[in-house]
Amino acid sequence: MILAAQAAAEAHGFLSPTGVEIAFLLVGLVTLGAALVTVTTRQLVHAALWLVVALGGLAVEYLLLTAEFIAWVQVLIYVGSVVVLLLFGLMLTKAPIGRSPDADSGNRPAAVAVAVAAAAALVWVVVDAFRTTWIDLDGAVQGSTKVTGEFLFRHWVLPFEALSVLLLAALVGAIVLSRKKKEGER
Amino acid sequence: MHLVYPAVLAALLFAIGVYGVLARRNAILVLMSVELMLNAVNLNLVAFDVWLRDTLHAGQALTLFTIAVAAAEIGIGLAIVLMVHRNKGTADVDRLRDTAEDPHDSSDETSTDGTSDGTPTGEKAEATA
Repeated sequence: MILAAQAAAEAHGFLSPTGVEIAFLLVGLVTLGAALVTVTTRQLVHAALWLVVALGGLAVEYLLLTAEFIAWVQVLIYVGSVVVLLLFGLMLTKAPIGRSPDADSGNRPAAVAVAVAAAAALVWVVVDAFRTTWIDLDGAVQGSTKVTGEFLFRHWVLPFEALSVLLLAALVGAIVLSRKKKEGER
Repeated sequence: MHLVYPAVLAALLFAIGVYGVLARRNAILVLMSVELMLNAVNLNLVAFDVWLRDTLHAGQALTLFTIAVAAAEIGIGLAIVLMVHRNKGTADVDRLRDTAEDPHDSSDETSTDGTSDGTPTGEKAEATA
Protein backbone atom coordinates (compact mmCIF):
# COMPACT_ATOMS: atom_id res chain seq x y z
CA MET A 1 0.00 0.00 0.00
CA ILE A 2 2.66 2.48 1.04
CA LEU A 3 4.96 1.27 -1.70
CA ALA A 4 2.23 1.71 -4.28
CA ALA A 5 1.56 5.21 -2.97
CA GLN A 6 5.25 6.02 -3.20
CA ALA A 7 5.40 4.67 -6.71
CA ALA A 8 2.41 6.77 -7.70
CA ALA A 9 3.98 9.84 -6.11
CA GLU A 10 7.19 9.20 -8.01
CA ALA A 11 5.35 8.64 -11.27
CA HIS A 12 3.43 11.91 -10.98
CA GLY A 13 5.65 14.04 -8.79
CA PHE A 14 4.45 16.27 -5.98
CA LEU A 15 6.64 19.21 -6.79
CA SER A 16 6.35 19.25 -10.55
CA PRO A 17 2.75 20.04 -11.35
CA THR A 18 1.57 19.59 -14.88
CA GLY A 19 0.28 22.41 -17.01
CA VAL A 20 -3.31 21.38 -16.39
CA GLU A 21 -2.73 21.51 -12.66
CA ILE A 22 -1.21 24.98 -12.84
CA ALA A 23 -4.12 26.21 -14.94
CA PHE A 24 -6.57 24.59 -12.52
CA LEU A 25 -4.83 26.24 -9.59
CA LEU A 26 -4.85 29.70 -11.14
CA VAL A 27 -8.48 29.53 -12.23
CA GLY A 28 -9.35 28.09 -8.82
CA LEU A 29 -7.72 31.06 -7.08
CA VAL A 30 -9.71 33.44 -9.27
CA THR A 31 -12.89 31.49 -8.50
CA LEU A 32 -12.26 31.54 -4.77
CA GLY A 33 -11.48 35.25 -4.80
CA ALA A 34 -14.63 36.03 -6.73
CA ALA A 35 -16.69 33.88 -4.36
CA LEU A 36 -15.19 35.68 -1.36
CA VAL A 37 -16.02 39.06 -2.84
CA THR A 38 -19.53 37.77 -3.58
CA VAL A 39 -20.20 36.97 0.06
CA THR A 40 -18.43 39.99 1.53
CA THR A 41 -19.15 42.97 -0.73
CA ARG A 42 -21.56 45.59 0.49
CA GLN A 43 -22.84 46.47 -2.97
CA LEU A 44 -25.61 44.04 -3.77
CA VAL A 45 -25.45 44.28 -7.55
CA HIS A 46 -21.70 43.80 -7.47
CA ALA A 47 -22.26 40.58 -5.53
CA ALA A 48 -24.34 39.22 -8.41
CA LEU A 49 -21.72 40.28 -10.94
CA TRP A 50 -18.88 38.68 -8.96
CA LEU A 51 -21.00 35.55 -8.80
CA VAL A 52 -20.76 35.48 -12.61
CA VAL A 53 -16.97 35.40 -12.32
CA ALA A 54 -17.08 32.58 -9.76
CA LEU A 55 -19.51 30.47 -11.81
CA GLY A 56 -17.59 31.13 -15.02
CA GLY A 57 -14.37 30.06 -13.31
CA LEU A 58 -16.10 26.85 -12.29
CA ALA A 59 -17.10 26.29 -15.92
CA VAL A 60 -13.43 26.57 -16.88
CA GLU A 61 -12.60 24.03 -14.16
CA TYR A 62 -15.13 21.63 -15.69
CA LEU A 63 -13.45 22.11 -19.05
CA LEU A 64 -10.07 21.32 -17.49
CA LEU A 65 -11.61 18.16 -16.01
CA THR A 66 -12.74 17.20 -19.56
CA ALA A 67 -16.41 17.53 -18.62
CA GLU A 68 -17.11 19.68 -21.63
CA PHE A 69 -20.89 19.40 -21.83
CA ILE A 70 -21.36 20.27 -18.17
CA ALA A 71 -19.16 23.31 -18.63
CA TRP A 72 -21.42 24.68 -21.33
CA VAL A 73 -24.55 23.79 -19.36
CA GLN A 74 -23.02 25.70 -16.47
CA VAL A 75 -22.44 28.73 -18.64
CA LEU A 76 -25.93 28.57 -20.14
CA ILE A 77 -27.96 27.95 -17.02
CA TYR A 78 -25.98 29.55 -14.21
CA VAL A 79 -24.30 32.47 -15.89
CA GLY A 80 -27.08 32.89 -18.41
CA SER A 81 -30.25 32.54 -16.44
CA VAL A 82 -29.70 32.16 -12.70
CA VAL A 83 -27.63 35.33 -12.35
CA VAL A 84 -30.08 37.24 -14.51
CA LEU A 85 -32.91 36.00 -12.29
CA LEU A 86 -30.96 37.11 -9.21
CA LEU A 87 -30.39 40.55 -10.74
CA PHE A 88 -34.11 40.82 -11.49
CA GLY A 89 -34.82 39.80 -7.92
CA LEU A 90 -32.48 42.48 -6.62
CA MET A 91 -34.18 45.10 -8.76
CA LEU A 92 -37.71 44.00 -7.88
CA THR A 93 -37.00 44.06 -4.15
CA LYS A 94 -35.70 47.63 -4.56
CA ALA A 95 -32.19 46.77 -3.46
CA PRO A 96 -30.16 49.90 -2.89
CA ILE A 97 -27.69 50.74 -5.64
CA GLY A 98 -24.35 51.49 -4.10
CA ARG A 99 -23.12 50.64 -0.66
CA SER A 100 -25.67 49.35 1.79
CA PRO A 101 -24.35 49.36 5.35
CA ASP A 102 -26.61 46.55 6.53
CA ALA A 103 -25.72 43.87 4.02
CA ASP A 104 -24.28 41.67 6.75
CA SER A 105 -26.25 40.68 9.78
CA GLY A 106 -25.08 40.79 13.37
CA ASN A 107 -23.96 37.19 13.59
CA ARG A 108 -20.95 37.71 11.37
CA PRO A 109 -18.26 36.53 13.83
CA ALA A 110 -20.19 33.31 14.42
CA ALA A 111 -20.49 32.86 10.65
CA VAL A 112 -16.75 33.35 10.23
CA ALA A 113 -16.07 30.81 12.97
CA VAL A 114 -18.41 28.21 11.49
CA ALA A 115 -17.06 28.72 7.97
CA VAL A 116 -13.42 28.51 9.04
CA ALA A 117 -14.12 25.40 11.09
CA ALA A 118 -15.96 23.78 8.18
CA ALA A 119 -13.18 24.68 5.75
CA ALA A 120 -10.46 23.38 8.06
CA ALA A 121 -12.25 20.12 8.77
CA LEU A 122 -13.16 19.46 5.13
CA VAL A 123 -9.75 20.36 3.74
CA TRP A 124 -7.98 18.27 6.34
CA VAL A 125 -10.15 15.22 5.70
CA VAL A 126 -9.98 15.56 1.92
CA VAL A 127 -6.23 16.08 1.77
CA ASP A 128 -5.68 13.22 4.15
CA ALA A 129 -7.90 10.87 2.17
CA PHE A 130 -6.82 11.67 -1.39
CA ARG A 131 -3.17 12.52 -0.94
CA THR A 132 -2.00 9.84 -3.36
CA THR A 133 -4.81 9.89 -5.88
CA TRP A 134 -4.46 11.16 -9.38
CA ILE A 135 -7.05 11.73 -12.05
CA ASP A 136 -6.07 10.30 -15.39
CA LEU A 137 -7.10 12.92 -17.90
CA ASP A 138 -5.27 11.41 -20.86
CA GLY A 139 -7.64 8.57 -21.70
CA ALA A 140 -10.87 8.69 -23.64
CA VAL A 141 -12.88 11.90 -23.28
CA GLN A 142 -15.47 11.42 -20.58
CA GLY A 143 -17.65 14.45 -20.82
CA SER A 144 -18.05 15.37 -24.47
CA THR A 145 -21.53 15.99 -25.81
CA LYS A 146 -21.55 12.61 -27.54
CA VAL A 147 -20.65 10.70 -24.39
CA THR A 148 -23.04 12.74 -22.27
CA GLY A 149 -25.92 12.17 -24.66
CA GLU A 150 -25.24 8.46 -24.75
CA PHE A 151 -25.20 7.90 -21.02
CA LEU A 152 -27.95 10.39 -20.32
CA PHE A 153 -30.43 8.94 -22.77
CA ARG A 154 -29.39 5.34 -22.33
CA HIS A 155 -29.19 4.97 -18.56
CA TRP A 156 -30.79 8.08 -17.12
CA VAL A 157 -33.90 8.60 -19.23
CA LEU A 158 -36.44 8.12 -16.46
CA PRO A 159 -34.82 10.54 -13.98
CA PHE A 160 -34.41 12.98 -16.85
CA GLU A 161 -38.13 12.91 -17.59
CA ALA A 162 -38.98 13.20 -13.90
CA LEU A 163 -36.74 16.24 -13.83
CA SER A 164 -38.68 17.85 -16.65
CA VAL A 165 -41.88 17.34 -14.64
CA LEU A 166 -40.15 18.93 -11.64
CA LEU A 167 -39.13 21.93 -13.73
CA LEU A 168 -42.70 22.30 -14.98
CA ALA A 169 -44.01 22.15 -11.42
CA ALA A 170 -41.46 24.78 -10.34
CA LEU A 171 -42.51 27.00 -13.23
CA VAL A 172 -46.19 26.76 -12.32
CA GLY A 173 -45.38 27.29 -8.65
CA ALA A 174 -43.32 30.40 -9.36
CA ILE A 175 -46.12 31.84 -11.50
CA VAL A 176 -48.73 31.12 -8.83
CA LEU A 177 -46.57 32.62 -6.10
CA SER A 178 -45.66 35.80 -7.92
CA ARG A 179 -49.08 36.47 -9.44
CA LYS A 180 -50.72 39.59 -8.10
CA LYS A 181 -53.93 38.77 -6.29
CA LYS A 182 -57.05 40.60 -7.33
CA GLU A 183 -58.94 42.77 -4.89
CA GLY A 184 -61.21 40.72 -2.69
CA GLU A 185 -59.63 37.43 -3.65
CA ARG A 186 -57.61 35.71 -0.96
CA MET B 1 -4.23 15.85 -12.24
CA HIS B 2 -4.01 15.47 -8.52
CA LEU B 3 -7.47 14.80 -7.09
CA VAL B 4 -6.72 17.08 -4.15
CA TYR B 5 -6.93 20.23 -6.29
CA PRO B 6 -10.65 19.99 -7.20
CA ALA B 7 -11.54 18.49 -3.81
CA VAL B 8 -9.90 21.32 -1.85
CA LEU B 9 -11.36 23.95 -4.16
CA ALA B 10 -14.83 22.46 -3.64
CA ALA B 11 -14.37 22.37 0.14
CA LEU B 12 -13.27 26.00 0.26
CA LEU B 13 -16.12 27.11 -2.00
CA PHE B 14 -18.56 25.27 0.23
CA ALA B 15 -17.14 27.01 3.30
CA ILE B 16 -17.48 30.40 1.60
CA GLY B 17 -21.09 29.54 0.80
CA VAL B 18 -21.70 28.58 4.43
CA TYR B 19 -20.30 31.92 5.53
CA GLY B 20 -22.53 33.75 3.08
CA VAL B 21 -25.66 31.91 4.18
CA LEU B 22 -24.97 32.65 7.83
CA ALA B 23 -23.72 36.22 7.54
CA ARG B 24 -25.84 37.81 4.85
CA ARG B 25 -28.99 39.68 5.67
CA ASN B 26 -30.65 40.17 2.30
CA ALA B 27 -32.54 37.03 1.24
CA ILE B 28 -31.31 37.24 -2.35
CA LEU B 29 -27.70 37.31 -1.18
CA VAL B 30 -28.47 34.21 0.88
CA LEU B 31 -29.74 32.56 -2.31
CA MET B 32 -26.49 33.49 -4.06
CA SER B 33 -24.52 31.80 -1.30
CA VAL B 34 -26.69 28.70 -1.65
CA GLU B 35 -25.77 28.67 -5.33
CA LEU B 36 -22.09 28.74 -4.37
CA MET B 37 -22.58 25.72 -2.11
CA LEU B 38 -24.43 23.82 -4.84
CA ASN B 39 -21.64 24.59 -7.26
CA ALA B 40 -19.06 23.26 -4.84
CA VAL B 41 -20.96 19.99 -4.70
CA ASN B 42 -21.15 19.93 -8.50
CA LEU B 43 -17.39 20.33 -8.80
CA ASN B 44 -16.91 17.42 -6.42
CA LEU B 45 -19.30 15.25 -8.40
CA VAL B 46 -17.57 15.97 -11.70
CA ALA B 47 -14.09 15.46 -10.30
CA PHE B 48 -14.94 12.13 -8.71
CA ASP B 49 -16.81 10.97 -11.80
CA VAL B 50 -13.80 11.72 -13.98
CA TRP B 51 -11.54 9.99 -11.47
CA LEU B 52 -13.63 6.82 -11.15
CA ARG B 53 -14.36 6.50 -14.89
CA ASP B 54 -17.82 5.23 -14.07
CA THR B 55 -19.53 3.54 -17.00
CA LEU B 56 -22.89 4.98 -15.98
CA HIS B 57 -21.31 8.42 -15.43
CA ALA B 58 -23.50 8.85 -12.38
CA GLY B 59 -21.53 11.88 -11.23
CA GLN B 60 -22.01 13.86 -14.40
CA ALA B 61 -25.67 12.88 -14.68
CA LEU B 62 -26.22 13.94 -11.08
CA THR B 63 -24.43 17.21 -11.80
CA LEU B 64 -26.82 17.96 -14.63
CA PHE B 65 -29.76 17.12 -12.38
CA THR B 66 -28.36 19.34 -9.64
CA ILE B 67 -28.03 22.23 -12.06
CA ALA B 68 -31.65 21.81 -13.15
CA VAL B 69 -32.87 21.50 -9.57
CA ALA B 70 -30.86 24.62 -8.66
CA ALA B 71 -32.56 26.51 -11.48
CA ALA B 72 -35.97 25.41 -10.18
CA GLU B 73 -34.93 26.31 -6.64
CA ILE B 74 -33.80 29.79 -7.60
CA GLY B 75 -37.08 30.41 -9.42
CA ILE B 76 -39.25 29.32 -6.52
CA GLY B 77 -36.97 31.04 -4.00
CA LEU B 78 -37.11 34.35 -5.82
CA ALA B 79 -40.88 34.09 -6.15
CA ILE B 80 -41.13 33.57 -2.40
CA VAL B 81 -38.75 36.43 -1.67
CA LEU B 82 -40.71 38.75 -3.96
CA MET B 83 -43.97 37.77 -2.29
CA VAL B 84 -42.49 38.38 1.15
CA HIS B 85 -41.13 41.70 -0.02
CA ARG B 86 -44.55 42.69 -1.35
CA ASN B 87 -46.33 41.71 1.85
CA LYS B 88 -43.78 42.87 4.41
CA GLY B 89 -41.86 45.56 2.62
CA THR B 90 -38.49 43.98 3.35
CA ALA B 91 -36.40 41.10 2.14
CA ASP B 92 -34.07 41.01 5.12
CA VAL B 93 -34.13 37.59 6.69
CA ASP B 94 -33.57 38.74 10.26
CA ARG B 95 -36.53 41.10 10.19
CA LEU B 96 -38.93 38.29 9.34
CA ARG B 97 -39.55 37.26 12.90
CA ASP B 98 -43.26 36.59 12.85
CA THR B 99 -42.86 32.96 13.78
CA ALA B 100 -40.06 33.56 16.27
CA GLU B 101 -40.81 32.37 19.75
CA ASP B 102 -40.57 34.83 22.56
CA PRO B 103 -39.89 32.64 25.55
CA HIS B 104 -40.42 35.28 28.25
CA ASP B 105 -41.44 38.63 26.91
CA SER B 106 -41.26 40.66 23.75
CA SER B 107 -38.09 42.49 24.72
CA ASP B 108 -36.17 39.63 23.19
CA GLU B 109 -36.49 41.28 19.84
CA THR B 110 -34.30 44.25 20.60
CA SER B 111 -31.58 42.27 22.26
CA THR B 112 -30.98 39.73 19.51
CA ASP B 113 -31.11 42.12 16.58
CA GLY B 114 -28.30 44.63 16.56
CA THR B 115 -29.99 47.13 14.30
CA SER B 116 -33.53 46.86 15.55
CA ASP B 117 -34.81 50.15 16.79
CA GLY B 118 -37.30 48.77 19.19
CA THR B 119 -40.47 48.92 17.16
CA PRO B 120 -42.31 45.64 16.96
CA THR B 121 -41.94 43.72 13.73
CA GLY B 122 -45.52 44.00 12.67
CA GLU B 123 -45.67 47.75 13.01
CA LYS B 124 -42.46 48.19 11.09
CA ALA B 125 -43.67 45.99 8.29
CA GLU B 126 -46.89 47.92 8.06
CA ALA B 127 -45.06 51.20 8.14
CA THR B 128 -42.72 50.29 5.31
CA ALA B 129 -45.25 48.44 3.17
